[in-house]
Amino acid sequence: MALDSKVPKGPIKDKWTNYKNKIDLVNPANKRNIDVIVVGTGLAGGSAAATLAELGYNVKAFCFQDSPRRAHSIAAQGGINAAKNYQGDGDSTYRLFYDTVKGGDYRSREANVYRLAEVSANIIDQCVAQGVPFAREYGGLLDNRSFGGVLVSRTFYAAGQTGQQLLLGAYSAMNRQIGRGKIKMYNRHEMLDVVKVDGKARGIITRNLITGEIERHSAHAVVLGTGGYGNVFFLSTNAMGSNVTAAWKAHKRGAYFANPCYTQIHPTCIPVSGDHQSKLTLMSESLRNDGRIWVPKHMKDVEAIKAGTLKPKDLAEEDRDYYLERRYPAFGNLVPRDVASRAAKERCDAGFGVNATGEAVFLDFASAIQRYGKEQAHVKGLNENDAALVTKLGQEVVKNKYGNLFQMYEKIVDQDPYNTPMMIYPAVHYTMGGIWVDYNLMTTVPGLYCIGEANFSDHGANRLGASALMQGLADGYFVLPYTIGDYLSNDIRTGPISTESKEFEEAEKEVREKLNFFVTNEGKHSVDYFHKRLGKIMWNKVGMSRNVQGLTEAISEIKALREQFWKEVKVPGTNEEYNEELAKAGRVADFLELGELFAKDALNREESCGGHFREDSVELDGEQKGEALRDDENFAYVAAWEYKGEPSDAVLHKEQLEFNDIELKQRSYK
Amino acid sequence: MMNLTLKIWRQKNASDKGSMVDYKVSDISPDMSFLEMLDVLNEQLINNNEEPVAFDHDCREGICGMCSLYINGEAHGPDRGVTTCQLHMRMFKDGDTITIEPFRATAFPVVKDLIVDRSSFDRIQHAGGFISVNTSGNTIDANAIPVNKHDADKAFEAATCIGCGACVASCKNSSAMLFVGAKVSQFALLPQGKVEATDRVLNMVKQMDEEGFGNCTNTGACEVECPKGISLENIARMNREYLAASLKG
Amino acid sequence: MSGILNSSIGRKFAMALSALFLMIFLLQHFTINLLSVFSADAFNEVSHFMGTFWLIQYVLQPVLIFGVIFHFIMGFVLEIRNRNARQVSYAKNNGAANSSWMSRNMIWSGLAILAFIGLHFYDFWLPEINTKYIQGDMSGLLANGEFRYFEELQHKFVDIWRVVLYCIAFIFLALHLLHGFSSAFQSTGMNNKYSKGLQSFGKAYAIIIPLGFIFIALFHHFTH
Repeated sequence: MALDSKVPKGPIKDKWTNYKNKIDLVNPANKRNIDVIVVGTGLAGGSAAATLAELGYNVKAFCFQDSPRRAHSIAAQGGINAAKNYQGDGDSTYRLFYDTVKGGDYRSREANVYRLAEVSANIIDQCVAQGVPFAREYGGLLDNRSFGGVLVSRTFYAAGQTGQQLLLGAYSAMNRQIGRGKIKMYNRHEMLDVVKVDGKARGIITRNLITGEIERHSAHAVVLGTGGYGNVFFLSTNAMGSNVTAAWKAHKRGAYFANPCYTQIHPTCIPVSGDHQSKLTLMSESLRNDGRIWVPKHMKDVEAIKAGTLKPKDLAEEDRDYYLERRYPAFGNLVPRDVASRAAKERCDAGFGVNATGEAVFLDFASAIQRYGKEQAHVKGLNENDAALVTKLGQEVVKNKYGNLFQMYEKIVDQDPYNTPMMIYPAVHYTMGGIWVDYNLMTTVPGLYCIGEANFSDHGANRLGASALMQGLADGYFVLPYTIGDYLSNDIRTGPISTESKEFEEAEKEVREKLNFFVTNEGKHSVDYFHKRLGKIMWNKVGMSRNVQGLTEAISEIKALREQFWKEVKVPGTNEEYNEELAKAGRVADFLELGELFAKDALNREESCGGHFREDSVELDGEQKGEALRDDENFAYVAAWEYKGEPSDAVLHKEQLEFNDIELKQRSYK
Repeated sequence: MMNLTLKIWRQKNASDKGSMVDYKVSDISPDMSFLEMLDVLNEQLINNNEEPVAFDHDCREGICGMCSLYINGEAHGPDRGVTTCQLHMRMFKDGDTITIEPFRATAFPVVKDLIVDRSSFDRIQHAGGFISVNTSGNTIDANAIPVNKHDADKAFEAATCIGCGACVASCKNSSAMLFVGAKVSQFALLPQGKVEATDRVLNMVKQMDEEGFGNCTNTGACEVECPKGISLENIARMNREYLAASLKG
Repeated sequence: MSGILNSSIGRKFAMALSALFLMIFLLQHFTINLLSVFSADAFNEVSHFMGTFWLIQYVLQPVLIFGVIFHFIMGFVLEIRNRNARQVSYAKNNGAANSSWMSRNMIWSGLAILAFIGLHFYDFWLPEINTKYIQGDMSGLLANGEFRYFEELQHKFVDIWRVVLYCIAFIFLALHLLHGFSSAFQSTGMNNKYSKGLQSFGKAYAIIIPLGFIFIALFHHFTH
């Protein structure tokens, strides 16, 4: 099947408006006869479910958590971008569009990104109307901050809990519709398959996680807002339950999976402390505004610090290597996420990691504390040469800016970051890849839609800070509810979809067989045993830096691990009860397939772009020597994979990316 | 490294009677989180062909509100300002016995082991935890109505509630008033929420009462145990809102 | 108002209002009793006025009795409902970690006070009612022509056991007030910048008033 992105014709700034004007609509009376399933209740799924219900559709919403409010969107800290230009600093729809495409290293679809920038301002209006308590200035108007190295202040925020506040906004909109009976909410339900009838997505099979009951749910269209697949690495900043299962089942039913190798590895996370670690914690990117990143220059100092005989703060200035400032004098500590992450890995691989595991670098606030302290002393007319006073004043300033993050660090690491530099290391954070969708956000399966992080569309090969929340809400509030009407307008005479068809029966049977296999298989290793091993392969060979040999090895190792999994996995308990191990087994089975496709995609993409860094595609000389090198001639396409059984058999389809409104350039931060 | 004795509530399902069962875990690192310690126990149980202990958890960074647990007689354990997933084992000593129970309240029935059903919280929100505004894309501009920063900050503080239920679990009366008070306050403090404030507080309190939560007697335990430090001030505000609404309505 | 009483917050509010009323009464009662320490005559005068003025006898006294009964009944209702809100109790509960003993044991301090009120009614109120409304003697005078109030008061505190019981009851009253005072304000929705000051005032009230009552009891015991 040839990929048709269905991007409307016309100038980019008019595409969405003109398209909306001509789109088929469903009249209100007919909407009452149409059912829509929404899987996932994060920013994308939650906002879509609420809006579809407001429009009059009958919505069934599903989440695996005990309440829709717990979806992992809740953990987003920094903020949400919107081209409001409230600060009058020259922001515009075009500039947000441009920044997003450039930040994504020119691997996203222009028309989708422009639309995203266009509706971004509406999101803020909508959320404020819902009662989302964004930060405000003393005049009572909304405050903004700058983020992720862009040139304007366009990020709206609610302290370090923006994701939480936006999600609770969407949740409240859902609550209103649940109360009205327009959304039927299914908590603690996991989607285990998509059901296709006559080639169209007409329902899903779910498992009630409390009772183990397998249920059939039908609808005229199915929307997936099921998030990213970062947990294929086992350790990531994702929630423990975040998984690829819904997306992967859709893939198996014919939805193409696009650019699986595009992964964002966030540079400022708390390092792994030992094998017991179950997840990683992010420290907001905003810390890099004031923190300086370094490792010791000399190996003897690294060893002394590890042995505890040398305190990091006692190491002389000239014996420190501020490697970001050294390598990227123009951007310094504020290079984009992918660049900062790779640079940390480079130092640690060379043996300069500063903690027991050798995988940590310092993020040091000492000079910021001195700088702020002197400033305060000057403002207050105190002695600028009194070192103790300056330190105290400086610490107060830093506390006001980052107090909650410092406290979180101290709780986890048990070190006081005011007096000793923080230790940080990159961690898997977000996946730009996902289910391929067209301009309508429909997958290659008719009637099956995919929104938010679960789809591939807007961030290209690298996502800018504060853009994930924007995309999730744009898709759910302002895009999907329009575009789905175009499809559903053909379904006004269809009537209710029966769940008694053979398609539902077969899908249910397959699901049951797999669950039965798990609970009856007499294996010897727990699910986590396999998940951790998969994570190790992914991190070591398909992580921040990739090469042909590693990727080839990863593919065969994952395949072997998958085979072992199906022989040796051990799942206690039964299907007819709450059984977390059983739920995990199904998720890890899918990660074991996705992981291989992920590596295959990374092997196929013989260029470095955004979060995907290939050691064989770097600048060979000149000022940029050693930096990532994109290959626009051969790889300016979306790699959409079609399922054909084994991941190794997956067929590649290319959607060629066209850049008519932005000129392609190599990124430089020197 | 620590060796610990765990006394854990085991209950097969909602209709099972349940009881406390003792377990031993060894080689626990003080750097582990409490849930990672339970992961160690579960791995051990699975390898011994026993059923792992069921507990709720998801984000493991203290924001989703999924994790619960009553640890040594306190919701989210002995540390302050943290959820169980952020509680670290360095709060305990080698040789300690730790009692782990589910959050207890009639309105939070046990589902299995340490997992409880908190859907009563959702139903309270369905009753009025929202501002009735449709998604349109042309609601009034976000800056059209300035909001006093003091009120906006207070509304935000109330809105940081993660809905974990620690307030109910800690309250000797199993009252949900801190939870409901926080939501009522968030909207009552904002101009856009004032329009339907009367109905909101009446409906939410009515639903809260129907769910079988107890009555607040102002012991303040909820505020102390709340991982997000939600203030009792929110309960007082709800009381005011409710009384005013009753007189009006 | 009856509709409100079916809601949790309404009950809480009613509990608080009756408490505030009882605290005002307590202050008035204390003031009059304190007079007995300084001047038997003044005490007699005021007691006679209080005991015979129609507004107090026929309006405020029934209101007070209603207030007391209401406060107790509501207290029991709430306690029962609150116990039902947790049918399985914790194997281990560390209430001391997050709340005061007083706040967790209002029912017990309240019951102690209820028992005391029984004794107190038996000691003073029932004889008063008997003298005034059954025997019809509204004069307030003894056979010797002097006011009887001070004499009766001193007489009651001769017995050391009664004094001890009274003192114990006043300690429970202090414990009850230590939580009850600020709790009543919180329940009525008052929690603002004055709350801190009000809390300190409440603490002082909760200690000074019962201590004063103890002093008065001891004073009469030893000066008799």
